[in-house]
Amino acid sequence: MAGLTLRGIHKAFGDTSVLNNIDLDIADGEFLTLVGPSGCGKSTLLRIIAGLESQDRGSVSIGGSSVDHLRPHERRIAMVFQNYALYPHMSVFDNIALPLTMTRLNLFERLPLLRHLSSRRRRVMGEIAREVRAVAEQLRIETFFHRRPGQLSGGQRQRVALGRAMVRHPQAFLMDEPLSNLDAKLRVHMRGELTELHARLGVTMIYVTHDQIEAMTMSDRIAVMDHGDILQLGTPADVYERPATTAVAQFIGSPAINLFPAHVGPSGQVELLGRTLPIHVHNAPTPELTVGVRPEAMRIGGGPCVVTCRFRRRENLGSESILHFDLVASPEVAVLCRVDNNMPIPDGEVTLAFKPRDCHVFDHNGRRIEIESRMAASRGVRRASEVR
Amino acid sequence: MNAIIAEITPLAAAPPASRQRWIERFAGLGFAAPAFILLVLTNLAPLAALAFLSFTNYELGALDFSFVGLKNFGTALQDPVIRRSITNTLLYVAIVVPGGVLISLLVAILIHQRKRTRSLYEVIYFLPVTSTLIAMATMWQFLLHPTLGLINQVLKGLGFAETAFLSEPRLVIPTLAAIGIWQLVGFNMVLFLAGLSAIPRDLYEAVDIDGASHPIDRFLKVTWPMLGPTTMFVTVTTFITAFKIFDTVAVMTRGGPGGASEVLLYAIYLEGFQYFHMSYAATLTLVFLAFTLVFSVLQTFVLDRRVHY
Ligand SMILES: Nc1ncnc2c1ncn2[C@@H]1O[C@H](COP(=O)(O)OP(=O)(O)OP(=O)(O)O)[C@@H](O)[C@H]1O
Ligand SMILES: [Mg+2]
Repeated sequence: MAGLTLRGIHKAFGDTSVLNNIDLDIADGEFLTLVGPSGCGKSTLLRIIAGLESQDRGSVSIGGSSVDHLRPHERRIAMVFQNYALYPHMSVFDNIALPLTMTRLNLFERLPLLRHLSSRRRRVMGEIAREVRAVAEQLRIETFFHRRPGQLSGGQRQRVALGRAMVRHPQAFLMDEPLSNLDAKLRVHMRGELTELHARLGVTMIYVTHDQIEAMTMSDRIAVMDHGDILQLGTPADVYERPATTAVAQFIGSPAINLFPAHVGPSGQVELLGRTLPIHVHNAPTPELTVGVRPEAMRIGGGPCVVTCRFRRRENLGSESILHFDLVASPEVAVLCRVDNNMPIPDGEVTLAFKPRDCHVFDHNGRRIEIESRMAASRGVRRASEVR
Repeated sequence: MNAIIAEITPLAAAPPASRQRWIERFAGLGFAAPAFILLVLTNLAPLAALAFLSFTNYELGALDFSFVGLKNFGTALQDPVIRRSITNTLLYVAIVVPGGVLISLLVAILIHQRKRTRSLYEVIYFLPVTSTLIAMATMWQFLLHPTLGLINQVLKGLGFAETAFLSEPRLVIPTLAAIGIWQLVGFNMVLFLAGLSAIPRDLYEAVDIDGASHPIDRFLKVTWPMLGPTTMFVTVTTFITAFKIFDTVAVMTRGGPGGASEVLLYAIYLEGFQYFHMSYAATLTLVFLAFTLVFSVLQTFVLDRRVHY
């Protein structure tokens, strides 16, 4: 077990730059998730850490020492691939045992036929079998030891892949979208199992996903990536409550955040669609702003912070509903609102209200600007949250 | 889903069930008929004619023939030419099958790792496949010429004695086998290349992380098992091609020197089309077919159990 450090990682494929100057410190035993849209460089970063791809610049350290010159297996990390990459011609047992036979037997003892000449091999294989069995018991896969991967379900294959990773007691686990090939229900189940596994093993895990729910539910910290940059690094709560850019705000949270065009008034107050909101910003570089409000922070009603919308349709999620609206002022802007199912469904034009402290304000480049609320009540809340 | 089908079927299936079954049966036979008729005309009927002939004493152009039972088979068993032909053919096969499979596998693996020069090498190795063997045999004859041939010039330059590859009884089959391998490698290589491209890259990466970074380990743990179906196919086709050796013998050695390169198919050709012993040639052809059949079945069953699909 060990922490990881990435310094100035840069990678380009031909002319396209895929990773720009990535710096990342991952603590020992931490569960860090890399999230971001497709093609943002998550897998590439993971593969550089694993040693499957070499970086153009920068260095990777594991447990305080640089591993740039080491081959993948010498880095003593384990990787779980998206499609598991189990050896299809080997039994489950052989799949899990392979990392151990590779390191504990010499080349001669691994050769077909010739290996039977070695007496040491028998003893070593006995030890290996014991360790494989111990891992398999943890994952509840010992009942199908002699099956081939092709004869297993997706979730079982997933467990075998985990077993193959665990059996070596690696310094860190790297996982590249390990749950994306599973159906929705199994995914939720495996999410829980992985979290428990992490708690039990206490080993560093780096987990790539583009599913923000996985990122939110499993991680100690999330690194949100886009176009080869880390946009924000923080705890799930941090990233959700204080997104650093509009891209992060849009990516984290489901359904996605509502974004409205706004601008700064003469004395620093935020003006949204002709209404002056009780929020002030001081360090906006230009008057253009974007105001973001999460669908779950909106409700039908009136107040100082409202937008006027026209009802479109309702999405019933069972316990709650997503209401879809268009902005009356500019109908191309969709507005989403998350409500309880017992709410009456509105008709025609309504006003959607939100609290000033639920507003996220971004400058013309999409970067977050801290707001000052003039309302006494919300100031109290803000102070309370600062104390926390 | 089942409920929907149950509702729809009574409406859609207007004809009663038994008529429906008849229609289906005839439609099935109709679709299978063209292939079946072709198979009968081109394969099964000639085979039956062959079997029929082998029990007669028919000679090409003869007006009459009579049944002689198993006499032809008895003659074949005693015939020293046939015995020699079978041994020579088996020796040829024993060299060409492992050589043709392993060399093409090696070439395919080496070429597969090339990036820019890959297609160049593919063309170079595939060229022998596209050329006619008769023309190539003439070229080989020239290359192997004891005094003028390039190969002997090179050997002499290296200080070896002049070797008459095609007129030395002990060397003639290995030499023909080498030419046979040369002809086969390109085709087999293409099959192996296709097999190699189908191996997921993930597996090599997994094996890299698991510690098998030695090329031998990578080969044994991933490449070889994943190529199993390709290897089986290549082995069987190579075997059949090798067993059918004919053109190089016919053009370059005519079975010589002193019968040292007589092979089964060449013997059949001589009996049938030079000596006009049609019934005897038919008998030999059946023997030939029996050999290929037995070997193919054996290979398929032995290899099939070890191959992972
Ligand atoms: N071997 C390669 N050669 C050229 N370009 C590559 C290569 N591998 C990745 N890329 C490019 O690098 C970018 C990042 O790829 P990467 O696989 O890291 O994305 P990702 O974030 O994992 O996406 P996804 O969520 O779809 O898996 C993509 O634009 C991709 O096209
Ligand atoms: Mg990826």
